[in-house]
Amino acid sequence: MTRISLTVDGAKVADDVEPRMLLVQYLRERLGKTGTVVGCDTSNCGACTVHLDGTSVKSCNVLAVQADGCEVTTIEGLAQDGELHPVQEAFRECHGLQCGFCTPGMIMQSVALLKDNPNPSEEEIRLGLEGNLCRCTGYHNIVKAVQHACGASTGSTNQTAGVTA
Amino acid sequence: MTAVQEPTVEREIGRERRRKEDQRLITGRTRWTDNINLPGMLHLAMVRSPFAHAKIVSIDTTAAKDATNVVDVLTGADLGESQGACINAWAITEDQVTPPHLPMPTDRVAFAGEVVAVVVARSAAEARDAAELVDVEYEELPAALDLKEAATDAVLAHPDLGTNKSAFWKFDSAEAGTGGDVDAAIASARDGGIVIEREYRQQRLIPAFMEPRSVVVDPTGEQITVWSATQIPHILRFAIAATTGVPESKIRVIAPDVGGGFGGKLQQTPEEMIAFAVARRIGKPVKFTETRSESLMTAHHGRDQWQKLTLAADKDGKVTGLKVELLADLGAYVAIIGGGVPVLGAFMFNSIYKFPAYQFNCQTVLTNKTWTDAYRGAGRPEATYGIERMMDELAAELGEDPIEVRRRNWIDASEFPFTTVAGLEYDSGDYEKATQRAMEMLGYDELRAEQKRRRDAGDRVQLGIGVSTFTEMCGLAPSRVLGQLNYGAGGWEHASVRMLATGKVEVVTGASAHGQGHETAFSQIVADRLGVPFDDVEVLHGDTQISHKGLDTYGSRSLVVGGEALVKAVDKVIEKAKPLAAHLLEANAEDLEYVGGRFGVRGTDQGVTIQELAGAAFAAHNYPEDMEPSLDAEATYDPVNFNYPHGTHLCAVEVDTETGQVSIRKYACCDDIGNIINPLIVAGQVHGGLVQGIAQALWEEAVYDDSGTLVSGSFTDYLLPTTADTLSFEVDHTTSPSLTNTLGTKGVGEAGTIASTPAVVNAVVDAVRHLGINDIQMPCTPQRVWKAIQGAGSGGATPGAAMPHFSEDQPGQDSTEGAGA
Repeated sequence: MTRISLTVDGAKVADDVEPRMLLVQYLRERLGKTGTVVGCDTSNCGACTVHLDGTSVKSCNVLAVQADGCEVTTIEGLAQDGELHPVQEAFRECHGLQCGFCTPGMIMQSVALLKDNPNPSEEEIRLGLEGNLCRCTGYHNIVKAVQHACGASTGSTNQTAGVTA
Repeated sequence: MTAVQEPTVEREIGRERRRKEDQRLITGRTRWTDNINLPGMLHLAMVRSPFAHAKIVSIDTTAAKDATNVVDVLTGADLGESQGACINAWAITEDQVTPPHLPMPTDRVAFAGEVVAVVVARSAAEARDAAELVDVEYEELPAALDLKEAATDAVLAHPDLGTNKSAFWKFDSAEAGTGGDVDAAIASARDGGIVIEREYRQQRLIPAFMEPRSVVVDPTGEQITVWSATQIPHILRFAIAATTGVPESKIRVIAPDVGGGFGGKLQQTPEEMIAFAVARRIGKPVKFTETRSESLMTAHHGRDQWQKLTLAADKDGKVTGLKVELLADLGAYVAIIGGGVPVLGAFMFNSIYKFPAYQFNCQTVLTNKTWTDAYRGAGRPEATYGIERMMDELAAELGEDPIEVRRRNWIDASEFPFTTVAGLEYDSGDYEKATQRAMEMLGYDELRAEQKRRRDAGDRVQLGIGVSTFTEMCGLAPSRVLGQLNYGAGGWEHASVRMLATGKVEVVTGASAHGQGHETAFSQIVADRLGVPFDDVEVLHGDTQISHKGLDTYGSRSLVVGGEALVKAVDKVIEKAKPLAAHLLEANAEDLEYVGGRFGVRGTDQGVTIQELAGAAFAAHNYPEDMEPSLDAEATYDPVNFNYPHGTHLCAVEVDTETGQVSIRKYACCDDIGNIINPLIVAGQVHGGLVQGIAQALWEEAVYDDSGTLVSGSFTDYLLPTTADTLSFEVDHTTSPSLTNTLGTKGVGEAGTIASTPAVVNAVVDAVRHLGINDIQMPCTPQRVWKAIQGAGSGGATPGAAMPHFSEDQPGQDSTEGAGA
């Protein structure tokens, strides 16, 4: 067991953990942060995406011990004082989710994407979210939601783009 | 009595309401099954067969049982009859060969991934560690893997059965009296007409819902509570009760937040049955959550057919007959719908067309692979693919535009209602109108002109345009029809409306949403019909103790069957409220009219709202003697017909003739799904459906190696499309209201998936047809397209696509490789 101390969604926490414990397991099983979910076991799906010291990471791909001394933000810490984060609001507004399982990761990745590039093109959004899988939406409205969040929405539901299949 | 809407109040139906579901989903305040933790809860890990077909010689659980924090290790023999059985609800023929399906077999495994033992431990990690310590001795048996080979019975998937052939199902229009003799039509076309013969492969797909399946069983308390990531809580409860002997009334099944299904969670799973048996035996709550690899390997797969098609036409391109011969791979067992999936396509190969003769033959076959069952569209994508590929082939044979050839054969708008050669009565539609709109959206004529220019110039990158016109039967469905097809259950749906004392409305539905947005759409229906605010309606579902009756969600049925049940229940509430209103207003019931949630006395300003009536019924201080003090009502609705959405989907692709790379340039579709409750939700269903159908055309395939191991068993190998692979879509609608339900709605959940696959493949073939190519097998990977261009035919299987296992001369075999010093 290794002792770790970190800040999760603004709260200081400390625990003894097995060195093999993944950050996502720590969040879900020890802290009850079940808003962050596990969708695969090969770090392909991105459903477990959180922010580690401000950078998006797949929390199934980080050991809990690696987060020692870090600041972690999960989907549960994104809204402030009951106010949704603009990206959360945009996903709701643009119907960027259906079953909602990929949504926590998708939103966390979108927030990180917009932090790095506040005015992304459609292609930049598509490349920036490539590591997050969604099976419901066909991505159309997810891309739209990110555009909406950064104020770049054209208001059209009928955007097209040539992409490589 | 009819609820009439006050013109000044904005109607809820047709509004782009943002979803009620979203607040909890975007903030992580979710209740997935895997989130549930109960005091004393134990965790399960499954020990699975690595072999496709083997005798279980012995299972040594000693070491696993000795491990710290392991509570027990159990085999099929330990659980005995308490494990129940996995049921097949649809024997498609009286003489269907159906192997017994135990959740955990005791003597023989029939596919790689089948469970042979279960470890019960204090944590999931400890359970999984101990599963590695279970020593199972197998005696490997020859496995039936290839579908065509299995159909010859060369190797038997279940030796005791003596055959792999499970059932043969046939529809013949001459025998049914719905049309002519197809063989005569083909014979006649061979002499002076056109005969097109093709064989198409529907590759095996994996539904790949994002939430891995999870089940929690709590045996404490009088009812055994089962939480499961399922589409079918009601059917699951029935199946558990029917096969374990535990009374239905002692079982409560809850589907909490469920993360997608697409048919993949329309199943009674071995893992659910094992968890149920273990919880009962140990007396403590247990949880099992599968890994993604387990999910891809053992959750049921979809499609997997060979389709042999013969289309006869006269020399002018009018189709005179269609003959369909299918081989359908069931996998190792006949799943809950099983062979019923291809049969759902039996009525759809004739699609939107007026074919005079039609025959459908389907042979279902058992193999030693993961069992197959419903995947979005279930039978209808296969049928649509078959006929829409053939219509393009016919157009090519005639040298005509594929839309023109379809137009010559389709049912005109003036001909509805139309009884098809398969015996279904289509209620409404307008194929011309939807096609015109889709052509405008795509810029069809301009793209055809560009295609010609590029072809004439001999460009390296060629343009192809794919057409797919489709219809589907959806809204499963009329119980009597299902009975005639020998399906084990009905197709009705149940709803109830509870008027609460505060004036709020609780709606209970037997449909079980897992991403569709029922809470929002159903609230809109109730708000309009009952005249109450949208936000005052709460929709409850997915818990058999709250929703005591229901047949769940699949087959695009929730709105058209469940929504209609809701309408009927609301109407009953209004009917019940009327005498109370008359009593309180001291008026004649005949003088009352119900508008905008209020009974008013005609010609006066006297009135009482439904909320006031709900309060009055609750207090029950003053009500007519001949009524019960309640406005609550319930309804069970069984439709008399399916409904038939249709649409025209057009896809433009660019194909690099040197590399075989396919790029989608534009995708436009115009669907007619009748009246729309919430356009936002409908668009989402269409977008998601499109990408799943496009993915079948271009990317996805479940691949087995020669020993029956699934080599596309992780998201690294099974190619789910990403944002970077996809594009935005042009989606529009025409509206021909359904005549078979009050709301005039048609199903939409499966439409995009059904229509898009042939649109894309038709486009790819169209781009390279001038090079002498008339087919490319799905998925149309660059390799297959390139090989087709090189003259290697239609591609076929991808030899060597499967990475060799543990071959020392291959890189990447050592897990520590590249890890540094």
